[in-house]
Amino acid sequence: MANQQDSNKKPDSIDHYRRAFLKRLGITTAATVGATSAHGAWGGKTLGDTFADFFQQHYQRMTPEELQETLDRIERKAQRQYGTEISCIDTPPVEGVVFGYAINISKCKGYRDCVEACAEENNLGPDIRYIHVLEMDEGSMNLEQADRYYDHETVPVEGKYYMPVQCMQCDNPPCVKACPVDATWMEPDGIVVVDYDWCIGCRYCMAACPYSARFFNWSRPDLPADRINPNTNYLGNRPRPVGVVEKCHFCTQRTRKGRQPACQEACPTGARIFGNLLDPNSEIRYVLEHKAVFRLKEDLGTEPKFWYYSDR
Amino acid sequence: MALLLFFRDAFRELFRGSLLYWGWIVFLWAVIALGAWNYIGQLNNGLVVTNMSNQVSWGFYISNFTFLVGVAAAAVMLVIPAYIFNRKDIRDVVLLGDTMAVTAVFMAMLFVIVDIGRPDRIWHMIPMIGSFNFPVSLLAWDVVVLSGYLLLNLGISFYLLFSHYQGREAKLKAYLPFIMLAIFWAISIHTVTAFLYSANTGRPFWHNALLAPRFIASAFCSGPAIAILILQIVRKLAGYPVRQSAIDTLRVTMTVSLQITLFFVVAELFTDFYHEGTHSASAHYLFFGLHGAAKLTPWIWSALALLVVAVIILMVRQLRRRAVFFNIACVLTVIGVWIEKGMGLVIPGYIPTPLGEIFEYLPNSTEVMISLGIWAIGLLTFTLLAKAGMAIERGQVGLRDDIEEQLAGLTNEEESESVATPG
Repeated sequence: MANQQDSNKKPDSIDHYRRAFLKRLGITTAATVGATSAHGAWGGKTLGDTFADFFQQHYQRMTPEELQETLDRIERKAQRQYGTEISCIDTPPVEGVVFGYAINISKCKGYRDCVEACAEENNLGPDIRYIHVLEMDEGSMNLEQADRYYDHETVPVEGKYYMPVQCMQCDNPPCVKACPVDATWMEPDGIVVVDYDWCIGCRYCMAACPYSARFFNWSRPDLPADRINPNTNYLGNRPRPVGVVEKCHFCTQRTRKGRQPACQEACPTGARIFGNLLDPNSEIRYVLEHKAVFRLKEDLGTEPKFWYYSDR
Repeated sequence: MALLLFFRDAFRELFRGSLLYWGWIVFLWAVIALGAWNYIGQLNNGLVVTNMSNQVSWGFYISNFTFLVGVAAAAVMLVIPAYIFNRKDIRDVVLLGDTMAVTAVFMAMLFVIVDIGRPDRIWHMIPMIGSFNFPVSLLAWDVVVLSGYLLLNLGISFYLLFSHYQGREAKLKAYLPFIMLAIFWAISIHTVTAFLYSANTGRPFWHNALLAPRFIASAFCSGPAIAILILQIVRKLAGYPVRQSAIDTLRVTMTVSLQITLFFVVAELFTDFYHEGTHSASAHYLFFGLHGAAKLTPWIWSALALLVVAVIILMVRQLRRRAVFFNIACVLTVIGVWIEKGMGLVIPGYIPTPLGEIFEYLPNSTEVMISLGIWAIGLLTFTLLAKAGMAIERGQVGLRDDIEEQLAGLTNEEESESVATPG
């Protein structure tokens, strides 16, 4: 990278064009490889890893040994790409658990702490946010009038209410149907996940999703080493490759170990209720049984496991 | 052995041509190189070099793809009169229709490949080796029908040409079942491509039962229009015998389809705008703009204007009888449908997003360059396939017992050989 920036400063030299030409063709010279250890053509990657990456199996078809090798390789890749040590594990779903979420829109004040906590927890690139908080006109549910990029001194603003949206973890997910290669599916605990190493990046799931909850890695996600959350999960917050789709996964790396998702923990108003839908004593069940709840675009038959309610 | 000679002779034919032919080939290679250069940049940096976004996640590439599937399907409009109505004049040129179909499907596939984020993982689609979500995913269906259509057309063309090359009459009984299959298959490729869009309940602009009929109707405008232009060029430049009656049949098909297409547009406009709701937001954006965003309105109104002018020319006898006006009508139809099936259909489906965000899109130079590269690959493919095919059809290239005679034949043909320049 450093090399490219230097040469950009003197764009008139023939050498610049020659180097740009070679670089584009991928014929990087030894010097370039040395200077750009993190992003070079091979970047210190062994031939074995390159082949193993290319032929990596679908998550659901890997043997436990293959999965372990893959996880090790992912850790090595992160070390090379970001210069930091991460742990990547596979946390299977817990039996008897199906996760659901409910948001109290009368409590949400639009602070967006959930948005940032999510980004940090899930190693999101600068262009991707799994949660958007919509600033809506009171008395209306018209999404077209919503402002998702509001930038006020203080929130909440008079006459507005706030509605966070993220992946609804549909029980009948159109995105899963759309995928031509089974790279996305619903896990037994109801979470719709993506195998980032199997996705071919066709983006048909993004066309299919009625909630704009899927995001594409248009470029290689670049994160500074000190911003990386090192506790990662294969079907969760591990660093993503370029050219694949990702989405909210209810923080599998936390929730499958009995913790709350990052957005729930970060919410300062207690507007977010997350829990096991199959547990009759859970808070989420209490909300569903005692509050007037609604779901977004329920008419589309998507069966979201994500509810809204209000105390007012 | 005959097979090897067939390919050798067909290949050799590609190196015989006038200066115009070579100029055309060199020009196409230059455009291809430009496209390839841009594509390498896209591979290195990711799709971030395009203007696509999380809001508008399909753009110019898939727009072109959609249009080209229609062109491929429309080859059936030569196949049906040739074989069902037994029209000799059209059977003479049906091979050019097959070549058009093969080329269009090939280009459509290339447009998908440049659009996907991980072309290195394309093998994940191969059944057994990868994991192919068939029959649930409509995209999987599209892969099946497009590959099948490509193989069918390649197979039929090969059989016809190879028989001709050997100086044998192709046995109609042997290949008619495949022709019948190809006719139904042609309709299926564009229907499945329409279903790809109309399957999405979250996008009201696409989620519409009229979409597939509209796709078929507009394809039967643009396809015959392209075929008419190609046939005239081939007749003029390569001296290939194309009878006017064949062109007239295509013209009638095109005129009726254009009328139906415009009627469908009116039907959609009525449904969307008589009593507007959120379902008509995308249509409103497309035709009139939405909340100040209106980048697509010039596109759709130009498309409709072009199609209306074309249909008027085609319906007024005094106008369509003049070759200039007739050809203008064909060109207008091709451009009009290209806009309507691409920028006028794919893009507005994304605007506003299902969550009501309005984020506009127009292709940038990288996308245009890569797309031009693919069009050049298509034109090159067509030129080469058509050149070899026509030479075999006319008996200029064929298997002969006497090698000397064959050699003598070659030198004579050089003078009459010319260029097959489509588009």
